[in-house]
Amino acid sequence: MLKLEDICMQVSNDNGENIEILKGLNIKFQKGKVYAVTGPNGGGKTSIAKVIMGIYRHSKGHIYLEDEDISELSVTERARKGIGYAFQQPPRFKGLTIKDILNIASPEADLIYLRKYLRDVGLCPEDYLDRDLGAGLSGGEIKRIEMAQLLLRAPLISIFDEPEAGVDLWTIQKLLGLIVSRYKNNPHKTAVIITHNEKIIPMCDEILVIDGGVITAQGTPKEIWHLIKDEIECKVRDQCQGDVIYEIK
Amino acid sequence: MKLSKLDLDLLNTIADIKGVPSGALNIRLNGASLIRQSSPNISVGPNADGTGLIVEIKPGTRDETVHVPVVLTQAGLQDKVYNTFIVGEGADATIIAGCGIHNDSHAISRHDGIHEIIVKAGAKLKYLEKHYGEGSDAGKRVLNPTTVITVEAGASAELEMVQIKGVDDTVRSTIAHVHEKGNLKIIERLLTQGEQKAESDIQIVLEGTGGTAQVLSRAVAQGNSFQLFRAALIGKAACLGHVECDAILMDKARIRSIPEIQAENADAVLTHEAAIGKIAGEQLVKLMSLGLTEEEAVNTILEGFLR
Ligand SMILES: Nc1ncnc2c1ncn2[C@@H]1O[C@H](COP(=O)(O)OP(=O)(O)OP(=O)(O)O)[C@@H](O)[C@H]1O
Ligand SMILES: [Mg+2]
Repeated sequence: MLKLEDICMQVSNDNGENIEILKGLNIKFQKGKVYAVTGPNGGGKTSIAKVIMGIYRHSKGHIYLEDEDISELSVTERARKGIGYAFQQPPRFKGLTIKDILNIASPEADLIYLRKYLRDVGLCPEDYLDRDLGAGLSGGEIKRIEMAQLLLRAPLISIFDEPEAGVDLWTIQKLLGLIVSRYKNNPHKTAVIITHNEKIIPMCDEILVIDGGVITAQGTPKEIWHLIKDEIECKVRDQCQGDVIYEIK
Repeated sequence: MKLSKLDLDLLNTIADIKGVPSGALNIRLNGASLIRQSSPNISVGPNADGTGLIVEIKPGTRDETVHVPVVLTQAGLQDKVYNTFIVGEGADATIIAGCGIHNDSHAISRHDGIHEIIVKAGAKLKYLEKHYGEGSDAGKRVLNPTTVITVEAGASAELEMVQIKGVDDTVRSTIAHVHEKGNLKIIERLLTQGEQKAESDIQIVLEGTGGTAQVLSRAVAQGNSFQLFRAALIGKAACLGHVECDAILMDKARIRSIPEIQAENADAVLTHEAAIGKIAGEQLVKLMSLGLTEEEAVNTILEGFLR
């Protein structure tokens, strides 16, 4: 289990002032479950993922992995203990091939597995293994390769940050089916999917809504999906009315 | 004279050869030719004044390679050589040059290689030159290569020049003339560390219509090292030229990059791109999130960048 206890995180803005991005979060991610983390843009979802991975440092609180306090551990140490994160916007690398990065992700994995996971994310291994991770790949291709790395690594906690972004409709459905079937009821692992996709959310065991750095709703899809939908509809209505008023003016 | 283990190791590093390769070859050890052999299509012989080699690749030769590596293991030796390479019409060949210096002394070991390359009409050349130095720190290892290349009509040449570790001081000068529909690509990869200095000066004159030239420079400067990169493209006809200089700067190192484009014809399309920066933080944490230490992540990024 991964536990966040009263986690706060600050960044400094352009004026050098500290602003609080995460405000006292308490979350438990259990094994055998698939979590959806959703909420408006800028709500703090990626920040949570980066705090868990150790990329951002929290200013208050503790993070526990299997009851061990990992708050002070580096990114490397956390990765080795079993935390994995597929970036929302994966960086590109000049001169590294897809095969290289997959080998880094899982040094002991056989080539057969590298091929398998590329196929799983909808990429033909023959065409992609030797391609450069530099500027030549499309946004969707980079995202798929990012997911292949995490699927291959299969750490205790896998956090996918907007896996649907930039990935075509044909692939994403298959891919999510794969993630969900792989992690649901898996007694050893946890998946966290940060997403805006309304097809993904109902497939998960639990939903967390993050807004303004706090949890505004939490529960099973049955319990809270209608709440989210109502809220979205309200917002859409407000915005539409706003438009109408603007036009009349 | 025989090759020692040290010589063989250096040869392997700079020319990727284990033992003595078959085919056309000249191994220069400590200022003298140690092994020299020609092949039916490639003749390797001394030049008229005995200051270096003439390598002639017969017209129409297909897929052949000539090795001309230089090894310096004698401390304090100052070696200078003038080599001429002629790639005959329509030939397709590879030249593997390169220099490895081992210097444990306090004296300067130095090799100046002056190479003139003529790629005749319709021929295709790949030229590889790797530079490498090793030994204790006191004695300097100095390499000053000069390459003058002519790419004749419809010919193409790719020059790959790599300096991996251990060369204290280098001034590299490359001058190229590219004629009608000729094509030249220069790839340069450079790593400097400690107190090392490296200077590369490339000048390409695109003389004929339809000529193309491309320079790709990848540089990493670490420690207190300094690099100066100068590339000038001169377009005298309707031609296409591009210079790209990408550098990673670390520690207290400095890099100065001066791209220059000069067009003397309205249909010359010349462009340059230069970027110097440190390793992107996102790249580092990405690799660390896969379990690499920071040091391993840095090395992986640099290795890829210089590959
Ligand atoms: N390094 C940073 N420096 C300054 N502000 C930051 C930094 N990282 C995040 N923020 C701010 O923190 C807030 C939360 O960002 P975060 O990326 O976590 O949002 P998100 O919920 O993932 O949004 P999205 O749905 O758009 O991906 C935003 O207002 C963002 O601008
Ligand atoms: Mg985000």
